[in-house]
Amino acid sequence: MIHSLFVINHSGDVFMEKHWRSIIPRTVMDYFFEAQRQVVKDNKGHEDVPCVIATPHHYLISIYRNGLYFVAVCMSEVPPLFVIEFLHTVVDILEKYFTECNESNIKEHYVVVYELLDEVLDNGYPLATEPNILQELIKPPNIIGNLINTVTGKSNVSSVLPSGQLSNVPWRRADVKYTNNEAYFDIIEEVDAIIDKTGSTVFAEIAGKIECCVRLSGTPDLTLSFINPRLMDDVSFHPCVRLKRWENERILSFVPPDGSFCLMTYHVGCQSAVAIPIYIRHNFFLPKENSQSQTGKIEITVGPRQTMGRVVENLQLSIPMPKFILNCTVTLNQGRATFDPVTKILLWEVGKIDPTKLPNMRGQIHIQSGAVILQSTPSVNVQFTLTQIAISGLKVHRLDMFGENYKPFKGVKYLTKAGNFQIRM
Amino acid sequence: MASGNLGLTYGGQEKTPSLSGETEFAAEAGAPGGLFHADYKRHDDLKQMLDSSKDSLKLEAMKRIIGMIAKGRDASDLFPAVVKNVVSKNIEVKKLVYVYLVRYAEEQQDLALLSISTFQRALKDPNQLIRASALRVLSSIRVPVIVPIMMLAIRDSVSDMSPYVRKTAAHAIPKLYDLDPEQKDELVMVIERLLSDQTTLVVGSAVMAFEQVCPERTDLIHKNFRKLCAVLVDIEEWGQVIIIGMLTRYARTQFTDPNINGTNHSEKDKPFYEESEEDDEKGKQTESLVLDPDHRLLLRNTKPLLQSRNSSVVMGVAQLYHHLAPREDVAIVTRALIRLLRSHREVQTVVLNSIASMSVNRKDMFEPFLKNFFVRSTDATQIKLLKLEILTNLANESNITFILREFQTYISSQDRDLVAATIQAIGRCAAGIKEVTDTCLSGLIALLSNSDELVVAESVVVIKKLLQTHQGSHGDIVGQMARLVNRITVPQARAAILWLVGEHCEKKRVSKMAPDVLRFMARTFANEQDVVKLQILNLAAKLCLSNPKQTKVLCQYVFSLAKYDQNYDIRDRTRFLRHLVFPSTEQALLAKYAKKIFLASKPAPVIESVFKDRDEFQLGSLSHYLNSRVVGYMDLPNFPAVAPDSNVRNVESPRPVIPVTSLRGNSASAPSKGKKKETFYSESSSEDDDVKDESGSSDSKSDSSSEMDSDSAESDSDESSSEEDPDDSVNISQQNIVRLSPSLSPSPPAQRLSRTLVIESSSESEYSSNSSDSDSNDSDKVVKSSRMPPPKSNLDLLLDLDVSDSAPVMASVSGIPLGTLASTPITDSSIQPASAAYTSTRPTELVSSISSGCGLQVLYRYTRSINLYSPSMVTIELTLVNTGNEELTEVKITNKNMPVGISMHEFTTLASLPVGATRLVTVGIDFGDSTQNVSCDLVASGRPIKINFRPSVGELIRPVTCTEGVFINEQGKLKGMNEHSFSITNTLELEDMKNISTKIFRTTNMASINSSDPNTLRFAGQTLSSKSLVLVTILVGTNPKLSVSCEKMIIGSMLLAELKEALKN
Repeated sequence: MIHSLFVINHSGDVFMEKHWRSIIPRTVMDYFFEAQRQVVKDNKGHEDVPCVIATPHHYLISIYRNGLYFVAVCMSEVPPLFVIEFLHTVVDILEKYFTECNESNIKEHYVVVYELLDEVLDNGYPLATEPNILQELIKPPNIIGNLINTVTGKSNVSSVLPSGQLSNVPWRRADVKYTNNEAYFDIIEEVDAIIDKTGSTVFAEIAGKIECCVRLSGTPDLTLSFINPRLMDDVSFHPCVRLKRWENERILSFVPPDGSFCLMTYHVGCQSAVAIPIYIRHNFFLPKENSQSQTGKIEITVGPRQTMGRVVENLQLSIPMPKFILNCTVTLNQGRATFDPVTKILLWEVGKIDPTKLPNMRGQIHIQSGAVILQSTPSVNVQFTLTQIAISGLKVHRLDMFGENYKPFKGVKYLTKAGNFQIRM
Repeated sequence: MASGNLGLTYGGQEKTPSLSGETEFAAEAGAPGGLFHADYKRHDDLKQMLDSSKDSLKLEAMKRIIGMIAKGRDASDLFPAVVKNVVSKNIEVKKLVYVYLVRYAEEQQDLALLSISTFQRALKDPNQLIRASALRVLSSIRVPVIVPIMMLAIRDSVSDMSPYVRKTAAHAIPKLYDLDPEQKDELVMVIERLLSDQTTLVVGSAVMAFEQVCPERTDLIHKNFRKLCAVLVDIEEWGQVIIIGMLTRYARTQFTDPNINGTNHSEKDKPFYEESEEDDEKGKQTESLVLDPDHRLLLRNTKPLLQSRNSSVVMGVAQLYHHLAPREDVAIVTRALIRLLRSHREVQTVVLNSIASMSVNRKDMFEPFLKNFFVRSTDATQIKLLKLEILTNLANESNITFILREFQTYISSQDRDLVAATIQAIGRCAAGIKEVTDTCLSGLIALLSNSDELVVAESVVVIKKLLQTHQGSHGDIVGQMARLVNRITVPQARAAILWLVGEHCEKKRVSKMAPDVLRFMARTFANEQDVVKLQILNLAAKLCLSNPKQTKVLCQYVFSLAKYDQNYDIRDRTRFLRHLVFPSTEQALLAKYAKKIFLASKPAPVIESVFKDRDEFQLGSLSHYLNSRVVGYMDLPNFPAVAPDSNVRNVESPRPVIPVTSLRGNSASAPSKGKKKETFYSESSSEDDDVKDESGSSDSKSDSSSEMDSDSAESDSDESSSEEDPDDSVNISQQNIVRLSPSLSPSPPAQRLSRTLVIESSSESEYSSNSSDSDSNDSDKVVKSSRMPPPKSNLDLLLDLDVSDSAPVMASVSGIPLGTLASTPITDSSIQPASAAYTSTRPTELVSSISSGCGLQVLYRYTRSINLYSPSMVTIELTLVNTGNEELTEVKITNKNMPVGISMHEFTTLASLPVGATRLVTVGIDFGDSTQNVSCDLVASGRPIKINFRPSVGELIRPVTCTEGVFINEQGKLKGMNEHSFSITNTLELEDMKNISTKIFRTTNMASINSSDPNTLRFAGQTLSSKSLVLVTILVGTNPKLSVSCEKMIIGSMLLAELKEALKN
């Protein structure tokens, strides 16, 4: 299975390695660097480094997150998704421990990271990956904990097996105690859409997830029911959710892990009509190939469409321009626009849409002199948020708690965001 | 100073200021090479810290050493200093030392041996975490000398009380196997034992070990198959992936192809979508009938995992369905796969790769989700190309316009790779779908005037391919393309144009241009790429043959240029062409046909998906992804033509049941396959166990302890371990996994097992001795003996004793929250089989003497006794009466036409049935918990008589008893769909209670459970085949109600109907 793990930073240095079986020399990474160089040569992004690289004796399976490559080395047949999913899980765990999984954090906490890596994998097979269990085995570093350790001489490594490991609810740690018992549920929906030149929707879908932050004492048993659960086309759950209850009654019944976690994800498919909250009127043209002119034109107006009575906020348009563009000079009636000459991305941070005064941008595009002009059209990537509404119309009916005697504080929040929202120009 | 802080903050330990300077070195990434001296000194310093008596200093030193390891720097010279600290009391120091050891032990084997005794001691620690981590490290230090110690430790640990330690033991198995493959046989035995473990925590790792060490031993899986299916949902995600993979392979060897009728499907359905639909329809009617119940069980139980948050689990299920499910069922995985497309980029890539491969043959599955594969400009190139591939695979007449419109937008994309691939894709669509060929062709021709050279070049290549597949005159197009030669610089495109010109050189418009093209090319010949040069040669040869007047000289010129080319391929080609085109006189023979050779019509290239031939690899595997065989890849076996015996998967009932059956037998009963394997392990010990058994082992506790004294040389074994003894043995007996004989495992835990071993193997040895003197003719006797409950033998008593003995201790153990298999039926020893409360004595007529035609009358009745052949069979007693006037000979059952999942054990052939005689015989039928008709022929004197067995649901159940608490508890688990109830309308009086019980007993074979509530009647039973609980409750009084709870919904509802009927009368 997974023999070794190498963590590589942006500049191509291996700054951490861990071997679960025999030691694999670092030179195996040369194949990876080769692939990385090739990608740079082809003018592509970090995402284009192939995630599986076959070398004569090893297979390198990598993920790219937060500017770091995590490269697992395997030597025999293994489902690639297994390794990829595992690497992502490791990064998720590190994020839980250090809030952000970046180079400086890993370097700073290398001992904890090493202890974690030793715990999650044994001989190349995952051993314990449940954050709640790991947090009991190896305490996350924090200032108070360190103070206590210094005073009492205890370490941040547990000497007893977390009881969760053996129980029927391995995801929850034992003996949870809070003075304020609270459970928050964030229903976050992302609208994925492709809208074509003429403004008609080619493809639209809603991907939702329920992020929870549950801080309840003891072992609470929660049930969450929806007013309209049939909306959801396809769902996936945290292991704590009882599948039978969902299948029979469309109720989420679960003993939650402690802390924050993603309870479920769901899809509202392209079959049902998806409300598209904004529209864009655009005008984009490049000078003709043979013309002497070195400037093109761009003009964009954004307006609200089906917003369910909410205001479109945090609107942001990013337009990746063709490579032969030198600069853009635009005038706006709202927000702020920047053009990055390296990535060639024109970014317009619009903010709120005021229906009475629509945000508008117009300006000129300057072409690099001597460059061959190719008639290609960029697409606009849109970001926005609508607060206090789930655009699919999903609503929580009620949340009940069993098994404990206190009254928890409960809260549900709705949020709609743009996911992969693209408008072709 | 940053790292100095680090020490302070995260080490949590004070340290002397003099050290902090050096710490900075240790923590800094890649200290400059010039500082070797400082390096050396620093190590000295670390050694000092490690030798100190303060834990804080040791910890600090270890942290720095781990930092060095993490950065990949050598710290091996510290080995002696570090290894001393393995005995440290500080858990964190210990842990870090472990990490260090695992890293360097291989290099310093002799020194590493010093630490072994510490681990051996830690293996007996009362703390399960310490036991487990000691085992982990012991098995991870790759030192061949300690193989025997590792083996011993693993064998000890698989019978450890803590599931966590057992899990670690499972992980240790492949490590030992890697170190010394010689140990395989012994490890396989250990694995077998772990596979039968009842905790979900262990099972996943056990299967992992199985996959690593002995994936070919499918026979080990048989008995665990149903259990694995049942607990799959409760196992942790990573274990699920491994188990699903293993079960896929297993199922391929055990079940027949569900799509056997549609095997030529994949070839057929390629061009036309409708056709495949039709095939499906046909398939449905025949296929769905013949799925093995276990096959269906596997499919059904893996389905919920599609909702896992873990993408590799979802992919695992998808590949399982892809490889095993009937065609029409595979579609349920689509949605889940589509969901994964919103995951991380790497996940998307792998999933799309699999979808691309699936979509070649399963268009209909993904067609509704066409839009999900539309390319976004933010996708990575690899993902874009995969999506394009899928879109092309899914294209058909109905959606092609839609797809082409989408392709059009891709052509103006900024990603050059995507543009090139899109043009290729258009070509493929055009070749595949006749209706759009012309549209595509004209579209591609329009692209020839595109400003982007890459687009033009790619279009040329595609048009070339299209023209080949598309019959008709294309003089215009070729002419237009010939003009492009000057402009295009991409070699492939130039070569394609030249080839086209050559191929069409006799066509009207081309014939005039062709010599000019050749002249132009001759001029630039020297600077061309090799592909182009070869095509120039071809063109020259073709023109010379078709139009020698204008081009002969030119051709000779080109040939002489090529003669001195650097590339030998080109020189060779020239030589070969020259002799064909300009033959010297004696070679003219072949030259006569030169024109036919060159200007023959060539077969059109087939443009198809690159994913077409990936079927040979298992979907979702690394080999599949790379499309090449990866080390360790195991081919998916083909489905067998005939399914192997499905009975091998029948699990014998829980421990208390088997011995009883075999004892009751007192005579012949053919051992089933699974049975045989078990005796194999206990045989060696059976003899002496027998002896002990006779010497009154009712006091088994003292027996086992005495044995421990005598056997264990180091019986001064830690206090702690002996304290755990009672718990341990209970734990084991409860799980019924005692298979190892003491001779195989001379370790303390094995001795702990001895108490249970006595019981276990004694019953088996009894059983085997019985079977050895079996006499096949006395089936009559069998019937008689099985009809009445036999007097309880000593052994019986012993067994009872054991059960009642273990039960109270169990309760004390249950404080430990074991992840036991909630969904496996009856693992709880508190539910025990009972005897039938009522047995019908009046047989019913099965075949009348008239209808049989030979005077044979057959009567049958259900004896409700446990079948000797297999406990999952229903015992049916047949009374054969010869009412005719001639003797019947050779009475037997033949032509058993069993539906899948149903098996039958017939009676031994009766040599003769004299006139007027009556014989009793029994048959056993495993109905597989269904009420399907079982028909067979009863042959008497060579004349077949058709007989049909149709069981009533009540007979498929065996009575069990348990306490009321257990009953209510179990009933609580079977709520919802598993519960059937109805309100009784005619009021039942309390005095009727007895009457009701009788009615129930008559209808169904269940046992009554003592109820504390006088208004409630409870009955319990379990189905014969699957051992699912069946619980019946009758409430009398004001609100009379009858409810049936059973895991098998069909059984539950049918039983309810039958009981309703019974109560009415």
